[in-house]
Amino acid sequence: MKEETQVRHGRLVKRLLLMTAAMFGFGFALVPLYDVFCDITGINGKIPGPRQASSQVLDESREVRVQFITQNNENMSWEFYPLVKEIKVHPGQSVKVEFLARNPAAHAMTGQAVPSVAPSRGADYFHKTECFCFTQQVLEPGEEIRMPVIFVVDTALPKDIRTLTLSYTLFDISKATTIKTKG
Amino acid sequence: MSAVVDDSHIHEHHGPAKGLGRWLFTTNHKDIGSMYLWFSFSMFLLGGTMAMVIRAELFQPGLQLVDPNFFNQMTTMHGLIMIFGAVMPAFVGLANWMLPMMIGAPDMALPRMNNWSFWILPFAFMLLLSTLFMEGGAPNFGWTSYAPLSTTYGPPSTIFFILSVHMMGVSSIMGAINVIATVLNMRAPGMTLMKMPMFAWAWLITAFLLIAVMPVLAGAITMLLMDIRFGTSFFNAAGGGDPVMYQHIFWFFGHPEVYIMILPAFGIVSHVIPTFARKKLFGYTSMVYAIGSIAFLSFLVWAHHMFTVGMPLAGELFFMYATMLIAVPTGVKVFNWITTMFRGALTFETPMLFACAFVILFSIGGFSGLMLAIAPADFQYHDSYFVVAHFHYVLVPGAVFSIFAAVYYWLPKWTGHMYDEALGKTHFWLSFIGVNLTFFPMHFVGLAGMPRRIPDYALQFADFNQVASIGAFLFGASQFLFLILLIKCVRAGRRASAQVWEGAEGLEWTVPSPAPYHTFTTPPKVV
Repeated sequence: MKEETQVRHGRLVKRLLLMTAAMFGFGFALVPLYDVFCDITGINGKIPGPRQASSQVLDESREVRVQFITQNNENMSWEFYPLVKEIKVHPGQSVKVEFLARNPAAHAMTGQAVPSVAPSRGADYFHKTECFCFTQQVLEPGEEIRMPVIFVVDTALPKDIRTLTLSYTLFDISKATTIKTKG
Repeated sequence: MSAVVDDSHIHEHHGPAKGLGRWLFTTNHKDIGSMYLWFSFSMFLLGGTMAMVIRAELFQPGLQLVDPNFFNQMTTMHGLIMIFGAVMPAFVGLANWMLPMMIGAPDMALPRMNNWSFWILPFAFMLLLSTLFMEGGAPNFGWTSYAPLSTTYGPPSTIFFILSVHMMGVSSIMGAINVIATVLNMRAPGMTLMKMPMFAWAWLITAFLLIAVMPVLAGAITMLLMDIRFGTSFFNAAGGGDPVMYQHIFWFFGHPEVYIMILPAFGIVSHVIPTFARKKLFGYTSMVYAIGSIAFLSFLVWAHHMFTVGMPLAGELFFMYATMLIAVPTGVKVFNWITTMFRGALTFETPMLFACAFVILFSIGGFSGLMLAIAPADFQYHDSYFVVAHFHYVLVPGAVFSIFAAVYYWLPKWTGHMYDEALGKTHFWLSFIGVNLTFFPMHFVGLAGMPRRIPDYALQFADFNQVASIGAFLFGASQFLFLILLIKCVRAGRRASAQVWEGAEGLEWTVPSPAPYHTFTTPPKVV
């Protein structure tokens, strides 16, 4: 093969190998990019953090149905359910509901609940001013606890959203944390 | 069919090496092409056998022949072997054989890397197939390997599957680099890009797609490996990860992958139809731009495989519109092939039969694809047999038929013998009937609600499943006719001239048949 042709292969092949490496890196970059994309577009149903209850005018002309569902992740063995399955509220009205959690295991465990709101369009308008989801919950064997959630539905909730569903997934994070037993 | 009789005897001063070493160490694109093709055909028969197991179990309702876990291994391995072992290596083999001759080059750009690209494959597939005999069995989670089914609940052999796919990826990427370097750097003087044969254009663009997305697959399966072995949580919600993210990363590779499996087919058909219509390909420029547009758009549609995961409306709409858009350049190609045939002087030798069947049946596959593209409708079709019908239509009477067309078309050039035309036509008609009997009923059972990847089904699906299984057995058996034809042709047959087909055009038809071991050692002048 002529030398000139060989040199030309070299440069192109280097560029193509670089492109290969770049695309491999891109595949891994997709992992953080995934979160960035969700943050920017807000299309992931995540609730924007705890918020102080703003003094919102109560909108009595409108009723919004708020439903509560729970599930345990994978091998989490706790009993976990809402004390009311659904409730009708007015936007601007501060409401308190309770969830029950019980540790049936023979050893102390730590659980953490992660919330999600559906439809994800409505997540921005659902403000939880007090929520057990911000804390890691330690339960002794057999211990049962009632956990409150205080929330306000924003008066600016789009008119076509008539039902909001608050879902909690309970994770077992005992391994990830050192369990401090009570007393 | 009359072929131009013109032949000059070329005396080889040195031929290929003798014995096994010839094949282990060859850097010759013709030898490597032949190895790829034989390898792909044997994988086709192996993957086909797995399909026979699947269809035998599905012949009747009830679980008669295999247990569900083994059935799942069959569906998984069938997919992996057909995609990575049959279709892709066949196209690479055709590229190896034909691209240098088509562009007037003496060989591929990087002949030694070419050898390695091939030889990785038998080892990769030995590793993959060995998982069938490992404790826990072979991968059983579908070729798409969704997490956490593959990570948390997969068999111990999963990590071997991951390694094997890595090897296949390396082979594909190196092959793609070779194709690009060859096509961009080694065209004969006078052959500008817009004078290149369509198969060369198709492969040039396919090669870029391969380099862009095979590394992403490598990343995805590496993340699977890390979740399985190294305690990471890419796809584990409990650790802060997201199973849906696997689907996004996988299908970012997966969608361009299916175009990787069809663009070379488009190239082949753009050679065969003009030859047997004795008429130039209609709209060369638009055909090139169409392939480019399809390749570009293929990066923007991946989530149409995920319409039901809970994407927001904006996402569903975007991917729906983008997917529908791909039908436009594809339609341009189909219309151009038909226009090429219009008022042509047509004869229907076996390659032309396969090419015409391709145009019709691939288009049918495209129609079911358009139906699937409609996001709200897809909520009904997703994970049903309607999807199975769609992709088998575009892959079997699509990609596989184009490979048959190519083999029949170029066999006389490779072997110097005309194949047995009666046997070829028989192979075609049996395959055509078999393929339609197998996959058309799947549209109906899919629409009626039969899910995919199941070893047993509700009674109302029984009749169409029985028809599909019979069609599958017919199609499978017909491939042994093809094997017989291939062996016959390699060994003997009516002597083929250089031109072979009356209407064939291109540099490959200017060299003798069989093509000498080394061709175009001096580049031809192209006007």
